[in-house]
Amino acid sequence: MSKIEEQNSGKKEGEIRYLTPLNIDTTNKKKYCRFKRTGIKYVDYKDSSFLIKFVNEQGKILPRRLTGTSLKYQRKVSIAVKRARHLALMPYVADMLK
Amino acid sequence: MQTKIKIMNHYETVFILNPVLSETQIEEAVQKYEKFLISEGGSITSKENWGLKKLAYPIQNKKSAFYHLFEYTAIGDTIDELEVSFRRDERIMRYLTVKLDKHSLAWAEKRRKKNTVKA
Repeated sequence: MSKIEEQNSGKKEGEIRYLTPLNIDTTNKKKYCRFKRTGIKYVDYKDSSFLIKFVNEQGKILPRRLTGTSLKYQRKVSIAVKRARHLALMPYVADMLK
Repeated sequence: MQTKIKIMNHYETVFILNPVLSETQIEEAVQKYEKFLISEGGSITSKENWGLKKLAYPIQNKKSAFYHLFEYTAIGDTIDELEVSFRRDERIMRYLTVKLDKHSLAWAEKRRKKNTVKA
């Protein structure tokens, strides 16, 4: 972001000017698949405290776009969560799970 | 006709028992299924008793239940019979049988070791 003087000199109508340059971090952290990195080969449906990392507050399975899990393991995670739900280890619907 | 070859597989079953049962009734039910598996030619690798656990959602208006886990080798046909008897049994609220592949077997072994260290 440019300084305020620079902004004023090249000012255009309708352009938003800031007093201090906005500090937006554009270098986003690279997501990674935690199963590939740690070498976990099997997703256990019995371990609900681990599976809770892959659901949101309502108990819905998070997309891999957010968790960074690779497709291979996302499939296993989703099966494991569904099995855990059947055994009432995890809720089907919840509110304020975390 | 080809004769059917009976292959032993590894399986794992979690079942949930009704919380209104007494200790002896639970023991009886667990032993019944254990004996059934052995009588069908299977062998039990490990048994786990998770005790009275809170359910994530109510089942049959109950908020908690007894969890039991069996890990065993058996012939595939046994599973059908086992599940039929689970369905007929009023004491069993839920059950889940999973076939173990090589990765899950390794995981189960690791898990068993971890549990024995803890206990």
